[in-house]
Order: sequence, then structure tokens, then C-alpha cells
Amino acid sequence: MLAQVPWVTVVWNDPVNLMSYVAWVFRTYFGHSTRKANKLMLQVHEEGRAVVSDGSREEMERDVEAMHGYGLWATLEKASG
Amino acid sequence: MTTGFQRSRGGGAHAHFEDVEARMVASMAAQIVELLRDSAPSAAAGGDDTDPLASVVGLGADAPLPRPDDPVLARLLPDAYRDDEAEASDFRRYTEPGLRDQKASNAAAVIASLSEAGADLDVAGPAGGAAGGAGVDVELDADGVDAWLRCLTDVRLALGTRLEVAEDDEARWEQLPDEDPAKAMHDVYDWLGFVQETLLRALR
Repeated sequence: MLAQVPWVTVVWNDPVNLMSYVAWVFRTYFGHSTRKANKLMLQVHEEGRAVVSDGSREEMERDVEAMHGYGLWATLEKASG
Repeated sequence: MTTGFQRSRGGGAHAHFEDVEARMVASMAAQIVELLRDSAPSAAAGGDDTDPLASVVGLGADAPLPRPDDPVLARLLPDAYRDDEAEASDFRRYTEPGLRDQKASNAAAVIASLSEAGADLDVAGPAGGAAGGAGVDVELDADGVDAWLRCLTDVRLALGTRLEVAEDDEARWEQLPDEDPAKAMHDVYDWLGFVQETLLRALR
């Protein structure tokens, strides 16, 4: 229970941002490998949203603010289940 | 017509733009700066002067900020909380001014890089006019690449929101007559996407 992570950052699909750009943001900001960044990008594109990070509420607010700086549509929410 | 960006040694990228292309990019970036500046809550509340009455009644910098009415601004400065308006506007009060500054300074950096490359940005004359015609060579370092990628994104978000672009809607634009202003705007939107794609490819 104590280890459970309470908040997540969600990135939502939008019709404007290039897939290559979204993957670049995930590599640049989160330091993901090309493979992991592409996988997350495809999940955003195909499922409409993807959880891109988890942690404390303060950490997720930082990530959401950074995503907005990159022009990605991001929100934070309590982790479900 | 530009072929877009190519990799430079040392993590940067370079591109050649026609004069009319350089002016187009600079003009779109300038519109982002203007949009963010003119719509800033302090500007809307009373120009450059801070209104003492506004802060007394809670309209100053300490008050929660509502989401902008303009859909373009709402997309550039989105809500951080999806289903909680109070949290979203509280978050906005702390982050929105910085986000506006960051976006405006990226756009200013794009304009500066074009200007440094020798682009004559003041001449809004017709294509193929008297102004040189040699085009400009833009050279970006890593910071410049970052500013360009973010600014191209913001411009495309603004255009895409105004045009209400949707996934797989190419047919809608192809059938518009050439004289439709929305078609011209969509051509710019597409072209900026091409430029951004070449810049991303130059980084691989």
C-alpha cells in the first residue's frame, strides 16, 4: 500500500502534433530510449492517451507543466487501481 | 522552395530558406508572441499598469486564473486537471505566466535566428520583389533546435485549432478552391509540418 504511486501524468492524442515530435519529446524530457519513446507515442496515437510518468502530485505537476511547454496536451490525475 | 533542415556537426542543424519562406516563419512566430502578450491577464485587465482596485477585489496575480476563452489559447495553455476546474485554475495561476514567457521567448529566438541569418523581415512585399531573392542560410545550435521545434509546434497548434483540423482529413483541404483563405492557411500548416519533420530527422 505504501509503495503505491498515487498520481500519473497522462498525454492525450491530438490531430496536430507530429508523431516524430511526440517521440522526440519523450526521448528528450524523460530520457527514454527510442524504442520506449516510440511505444508510448504509438499508445497515445492509437488509444487516445497514455500514462507517461508516475510519482507524487508535485512531480506530476512538474511533468505536466513541462509537457505544456512542449505543446503536448497533458493532464495529471490520481492513479487508478 | 526549401528542402528543410539537415544535420550540422555538433548537434545542430541548418537549412536554406527562400526570402518569402523566412518571412512566413518569422511572421507566424511574431503572431504567437503577439497573441500571448495581448491576451495576458495583466494586459487584459488594464494595459501596462497594474490596477490597484483589481488586486483588492481579487483579480490580481494571486487570484486563480480561468481557462482562456479563445480555443487557440486554451490549446497553447491547456488545463492540467481535466475534471477539476478549481484545481486547474489554481495550477494555471502558478504556471501560466511562465508558460506564456517560455513560448514567447522560443518564438523570439526563431525570429532572431532568421534575422541573424540576414533575412529581411521588415519587407512585407510581394514574392519575387526587389528584396534580394538569394534566400537565407539558417544555422541552429542545440538550443536553437529546441526553440524551433517548440515554436513550430505552437504555430501549428494555433493554425490547426483555428482550422479545426482532424485526424485523416486531407480530402477536406484538397477539395477547397485555391482562393479559399482556409486552403492557404492549411498549406502553411502543412509546410510548417514538413519543415519540422526535416528538423526532427536531422537530429536522428
